[in-house]
Amino acid sequence: MTGSAGPGSAVRFTLNGQPSAVDVPADTPLLYVLRNDLGLKGPRFGCGLGQCGACRVIVDGVARSSCDLPVSDVAGRTVTTIEGLARAGELDPLQRAIVDLGAGQCGYCLSGIIISARAFLDSEPQPDEAGIRAALEPNVCRCGVHDRVLRAILRVSDAAGPRQ
Amino acid sequence: MGATVVPDRVDAWLRFEPDGSVWIRTGKVELGQGIHAALEIVVADELDVELDRTRVAPVDTATSRDEGVTAGSRSIEESGETLRRVAATARRALLAVAAARLHVGVDELRVEAGVISTPAGDSCTYATLVVDGALRDLLVDPEASPKPSAARRIIGSSPVRQDLLRKVTGASAFLQDLELPGMLHGRIVRPPAPGSRLRSVDDAAIRSLPGVVALVRDGDFLGVIAEREEQAIAALRRAGSAAHWSDAPRLAATSDPRYLLALPAETIVVRDRRDGPTPPRVARTIEAEYTRPHIAHGSVGPSCAVARFDSAGLEVWTHSQGIFRLRHELALVMGLSETNVRVHHREGAGCYGHNGADDVALDAALLARGRAGRPVRVQWMREDEFAWEPYGPAMLIRLSADLAADGSIIEWRHDLWSHGHETRPSQGGRPADQSALLAARHLARPFVVPLAGRPRAASSGGRRNAEPYYRFPRDRVVDHYVAESPLRVSALRSLGAHANVFAIESFVDELAAATGADPVELRLRHLDDVRAREVIGRAVAMAGPRPAHSGDGDLLRGRGLGFARYKNSAAYAAVVVDVELDTEIHVRRAWGAIDAGMVISRDGLANQAEGGIVQAVSWTLREAVSTDASGVTSRDWDAYPTLRFPDAPAVEIDVIDRPDVPPVGAGEAMAGPTSAAVANAVADASGVRLRDLPLTRERFIAAAG
Repeated sequence: MTGSAGPGSAVRFTLNGQPSAVDVPADTPLLYVLRNDLGLKGPRFGCGLGQCGACRVIVDGVARSSCDLPVSDVAGRTVTTIEGLARAGELDPLQRAIVDLGAGQCGYCLSGIIISARAFLDSEPQPDEAGIRAALEPNVCRCGVHDRVLRAILRVSDAAGPRQ
Repeated sequence: MGATVVPDRVDAWLRFEPDGSVWIRTGKVELGQGIHAALEIVVADELDVELDRTRVAPVDTATSRDEGVTAGSRSIEESGETLRRVAATARRALLAVAAARLHVGVDELRVEAGVISTPAGDSCTYATLVVDGALRDLLVDPEASPKPSAARRIIGSSPVRQDLLRKVTGASAFLQDLELPGMLHGRIVRPPAPGSRLRSVDDAAIRSLPGVVALVRDGDFLGVIAEREEQAIAALRRAGSAAHWSDAPRLAATSDPRYLLALPAETIVVRDRRDGPTPPRVARTIEAEYTRPHIAHGSVGPSCAVARFDSAGLEVWTHSQGIFRLRHELALVMGLSETNVRVHHREGAGCYGHNGADDVALDAALLARGRAGRPVRVQWMREDEFAWEPYGPAMLIRLSADLAADGSIIEWRHDLWSHGHETRPSQGGRPADQSALLAARHLARPFVVPLAGRPRAASSGGRRNAEPYYRFPRDRVVDHYVAESPLRVSALRSLGAHANVFAIESFVDELAAATGADPVELRLRHLDDVRAREVIGRAVAMAGPRPAHSGDGDLLRGRGLGFARYKNSAAYAAVVVDVELDTEIHVRRAWGAIDAGMVISRDGLANQAEGGIVQAVSWTLREAVSTDASGVTSRDWDAYPTLRFPDAPAVEIDVIDRPDVPPVGAGEAMAGPTSAAVANAVADASGVRLRDLPLTRERFIAAAG
């Protein structure tokens, strides 16, 4: 459902497993609500145009950019950010693999990349490498850790095997 | 190059805490390259403390050393080597005190995890000795001998980078995440193009928007401040119609780097080795021209700063590469004394050189003035970053070689056309009416824009790696320095080395093809440096058997090599790539061998080399700043495409460790060799030689005729 929040009418949604409500204009991009109202700094501003993936979150199981998503569009829905992937202090295996394989340099793009990969693996537990590459197409990385990230995701997915 | 040790105090570099931790004070800043992790390894190893007990203290102009700009791959060879000697000095002094206290000889002591113990089991800790004054007034001994390589425990290994944990869990990790009490959000309304003047602005239309706190105008500089970030962005958008600008002067065409040939140039002979014995008769001369366009740094995280003005002065949080230089220029432009400006470094997204980091700090300072102590955070929009950052400059290179009848190279000539590659803020090195900071040129009392300077040394600016590392009987290198640049330019990873090495290594392959020589063999024939020969040999060996040229259907395959010693004095790098050509050029695999002397962090070095290759593949196949007469047109990721995951090559790196050779930086070594390797692989696959970067499908089709 799409809320029609305005001043005084809070937008309610489930955020990282917890009920959440914010009282902001309906057209406020979700990114700024997450970062500045709810203190979740994991989604990062990269372009504001939905072109780079740095701000990606999972909405009802689907990864998408939050910089160009009005908060009212997530009313009643389930939003997962990078902060919501670790469970009971245990890192998501994707997070663990990225750290263990040193699959990062500056790391600014990593939360968006992990979000894309998590949503993809949840929908496709036994992907091939081409599928993983396609799922990460929306994410820009400038330090050039692409191959390390791919190896980390392959390690986590059941597809781990000889590289193509 | 040696370490830059000055006789100063050990406690200016290292602070031993009672809990056993050791804080490292350096002025080198973390740019995502992992330099702080590397410096922690150096100190932990030399002192024999646990790696997780060493930490680099926050870098800030009030408390940190001024170690200049963090750039040029110099941090390991400068700060790393200095810290090794600082730690060696400290260790020697601490062990001497411990030996006296424990009544044994120094040689009988062993150190583990910061605990010094005797064979009999008596012990004391570094921390207690330091509390008791063991390091008081101790000066760094530049001759202090660090551990021999056999005694190193951590140096040369691959510890996990702990900062990645914060970065994968969404913790506040970047300056962009900094939040200060009462913080406001600002955005800058830039002119539609450089040179456009602000005629008028409908203040009321902007001020009446929700949350808008102020509109700041100073000449052609216009900024909006709001309580909330999205309100500042909405005000910025509204200003698009509320601000009226004069037409900008038409921009000279820059998309084809041959524009450089039409501009006035100062011709400087960098080297001329054409004396000596009379050469054999020239049988043929081969010439070729190579170009590189302007390339954007294109950081994935747009530049950001937070500034606060109060009675104590100006305080700024920045991801600048040079906080002391930034402090100088902020003071200059804001009319303050440097003692009233404090600049804190916080990590930002990777910058790969001089991008908008310094500029946005002035933007934030200009907006914070008059806010009664409330901090203002400014983050550039994507368009600000792409349209206003100082690009890596376009270059043009002409190479020619005279060949003898037997195909041997008699003479090599290299002519390059380039602007300067450096317009960073300066620390008093320029006239006081000049500032490099972007907004300074837009103020009512505008500062003069400094030119990207003439290279000062053989390895700087456009000349970097212009001199061939190969030994030819005769050679000449000429720099045609073009002072005036139509676009704003400054330092991009590897400076002129990228284009020079691209040209040199492409041309070597062209000469090999023209004379029927093997490209690897031709290189080795002109290289007598064993380390150079070894990286080439290792990269070629790693790549293994060559792929068959033709694949399924119309698919063509090819392999190419590129080599350079960065700056002709730093890391050795060789890259082999395999390409596939279908309707596009794809780099499928890459192998890199690197020799940067002593290895501090094996995986850190491999990661830098790997990232350097992948970024250079992106430059080579995709990247170019585009312009038309009205200005820069590549203002978002659609108009400035980069290499993405579907097309990223698989990469393998061979790290050569030379534990007894001083370490050098490695972050910039791979760029030139990679671009050449790709062009050489395309030629190998198809017979089509591409000499203009980026190597696009359109250029391939045009060249294939």
